[in-house]
Amino acid sequence: MKVDLVVALAGNANVGKSSIFNQLTGLGQIIGNWPGKTVEKAEGVLLHHGKHIKIIDLPGIYSLSTYSQEEIVSREYIALEHPDVVVNVVDATSLERNLFFTLQLLEMGTPLVIALNLVDVAKKKGITINEIKLQRLLNAPVVPTIATKGIGVHEIVDAAIEQAAKRSSASKSTIRYGPEIETRIEKLERVLTGVNIGYPLRWTAIKLLEGDSDIVNKVGEKHPDVIVAANILAGEISEIHKEPCSTVISSERYAVAARIVKEVQTFKESEKPSMGELFDELSMHSVWGYVLMFTTMLSILMFMSFFGGWLSEIVRNLFESVNPHMTGFLPDLLWNGGVVGFYATLSVALGFILPFYLILGVLEDSGYLPKIAYLMDRPCHTIGLHGKACIPLLLAFGCNVPACVGCRIMETKRDRFIAIFLSTLVPCSARTVVILGLVGAYVGVQWALLLYIIDFILIFLIGRILNRFLPGKSVGIIMEMPPYRLPSGKVVVKQAWNRFKPFLMTALPLIILGSIIIEAMRITEILYLVSNALSPITVVWLGLPAFTGFLFIFGILRKEAALVLLMTAAGTVDIRSAMSPVQMIVFALVIMIYVPCVATIAALVRETGWKKAGLITLTEVGLAIFIGGIAFRLLNVFM
Amino acid sequence: MPQEHIEEYLEAIYDIAGREGTAKTTEIAERLKNAPASVTEVFQRMKQKGLVRYESHKGVSLTGKGYKAAIKMKRKHRLLEVFLDKMLHLPSDKVHEQACKMEHTLTDETETALCKTLKGPTECPHGSPIPPCNLEVKNCQECFSEQNLTLEKRDKDIIAITALKHGEKAKIVFVRGGGGVMQRLCDLGLTNGTTISLLREAPMNGPVEICVRGCKLVIGRGIAEKIFVQKT
Repeated sequence: MKVDLVVALAGNANVGKSSIFNQLTGLGQIIGNWPGKTVEKAEGVLLHHGKHIKIIDLPGIYSLSTYSQEEIVSREYIALEHPDVVVNVVDATSLERNLFFTLQLLEMGTPLVIALNLVDVAKKKGITINEIKLQRLLNAPVVPTIATKGIGVHEIVDAAIEQAAKRSSASKSTIRYGPEIETRIEKLERVLTGVNIGYPLRWTAIKLLEGDSDIVNKVGEKHPDVIVAANILAGEISEIHKEPCSTVISSERYAVAARIVKEVQTFKESEKPSMGELFDELSMHSVWGYVLMFTTMLSILMFMSFFGGWLSEIVRNLFESVNPHMTGFLPDLLWNGGVVGFYATLSVALGFILPFYLILGVLEDSGYLPKIAYLMDRPCHTIGLHGKACIPLLLAFGCNVPACVGCRIMETKRDRFIAIFLSTLVPCSARTVVILGLVGAYVGVQWALLLYIIDFILIFLIGRILNRFLPGKSVGIIMEMPPYRLPSGKVVVKQAWNRFKPFLMTALPLIILGSIIIEAMRITEILYLVSNALSPITVVWLGLPAFTGFLFIFGILRKEAALVLLMTAAGTVDIRSAMSPVQMIVFALVIMIYVPCVATIAALVRETGWKKAGLITLTEVGLAIFIGGIAFRLLNVFM
Repeated sequence: MPQEHIEEYLEAIYDIAGREGTAKTTEIAERLKNAPASVTEVFQRMKQKGLVRYESHKGVSLTGKGYKAAIKMKRKHRLLEVFLDKMLHLPSDKVHEQACKMEHTLTDETETALCKTLKGPTECPHGSPIPPCNLEVKNCQECFSEQNLTLEKRDKDIIAITALKHGEKAKIVFVRGGGGVMQRLCDLGLTNGTTISLLREAPMNGPVEICVRGCKLVIGRGIAEKIFVQKT
């Protein structure tokens, strides 16, 4: 398809870029109320008045002097890929901080459209912004928007098309520094003529003065003399200001931003604290904050356990009532393999996975996740991380794959590795299915809870060990705190569906196929050959029935499959007749720890490389077998 | 009474009572292994010098002057500890005792030189924070980069943002440390001279939440302790 225009959405974290993207493209980028959701760029195409417009959603970025990995993605894109227009999404409730980045974009000379988002929230806070004045001061069109309601989003595209048309006459940067800095920028620009690294000249000069390590490396490779010149000039500036050159430039930019805000913004402070602020007070309280957090987590788990068990039961009874009870090879294969596989999957999907995604959506959209990061920052230090790591760790309860990718919000390689490793140990919704659907339903909720506690202890211990032996130190948290907002039902449902769809598309067929294969293997007795080969581990060490061996192998594909196929492999829907309570607990325990699923391993390889992915996988296999065997022996004493 | 003696007392009061708290006579006596009677006598003399507030039934607390003197000693002590540990590689259980003896003879000039040589350490080998210097600098880089820097003493009472009370406002005067973290703080609007307010802090030395330029930011304790402000 021919693309007429490329428009990139850029701006600070959590200002509504992905919301605008979703509104324009109809795609389902994950959105929510916390900084750092989008860590990779996303693309979509919009047909607008007969024009094909490619929209790029970029991760949040506070400054072009990047700090974490996802910011680098944005900067590289804006600086090197030259989108036709950059739509700078700006949070109207914190204009000054947002303009700091806008000024940097102007400096780069990118054709710019400003989307002044969250104007409704700003209005409620008593903030009014004179858009026309802002437009004049920035020399770029300003479009007020309310992204969540789709207000103003198409006007952005109109403005972008218009801006792209007069690209040639793109105005020169409006930000001027003090004369002592300007003369040095000019000097360096002269030195830089002939040096082309793909970035605009003035911007490169400023970045070199700031000592931006990335740009210094890029230029220094071929032109070390330029770096020497830049260092001398930067030294002169810091001599004058008694501050490093980079902070001098940042301070000047902020001074300009503050000046603009003063001119365009009026602010009437409301006297009584808003509901959100009162809830802030409670949810971040030194005592009640923690009480609220633990109660929330526990009630989610309890709800899932009871609701999931109840719904699974209904689905099962529904299908059992129409069981034709035929015998023979083919009917057996189709019913026990295909149909049982289908409804067992359906029951876990509707009972556990979908409800969890709905709850997760509410947590994300309300803005509660950053509060958890705040509350848990101190405890996280004991495992060598800071509070931000809690966010991917919580997402991992849904699925480990986005959690591993989400760990890019961690600033250092070391923090990222620890967070990724620990994420793969968090019981995802598939493992929750096994824990609650097997142990919770047949042995007792308290035992399911115990499994969770064991898992959390394990995560804590592994974290401690990694923290002890990995060189380096966590840098500490620096995170923006978004205000609370009422979750939108539409967004939550849509988001849950977007997460649930891949499950239906890939897991369901896979599990049905697996069921049929296992049923065929059971009838032809091949299953026993495979299972017997693994019996030294499964039967002798873990004390499990022999047929579980094959499930562990299949469970690598999909962990919830282990439970569904358990019914097929045991040859009965009533698992109680095939396994003792102790065996169920040990089985669930091993499934919980033994290996990340294939999709997670793939994500691990992508995020950390083969070596570390292999290390994580093997460690977890070893741990699962070891802990499973110990648990079997201990439980036999008590039960 | 020797100066050295008073300095030991200042440190002891600071250790027990901190900036604004009160220490009991018995606590100080126990810590310094002196008889309560002689401790009281020293308190009286310190009171005359304007270093402490003292009432026999309430206990002793530091005045502004006393606090400044106390953190000055703490700074010297902890810098010396780092020096003995990092440069001379003395066993870590010995450094405290040795630093205790050396701190009283250390001139301010040597203190600054020591801080430069050690590249502005922020913690002693035991993990306690080293108070910032009282020179007119905006950050440590400035101090390291210049060869023969003659800096004026600043006459401001600067504290880390973690020492602010909830809801209190203050102006940033000095950010310690360097590299990426400092640049990031700057990019988020924490430039020198900016007014911030402390909103809340998490228990057990957890992170702080501050308000800067209309945005709320959560900052880890380790970083927050390096941002110094002056109350407005």
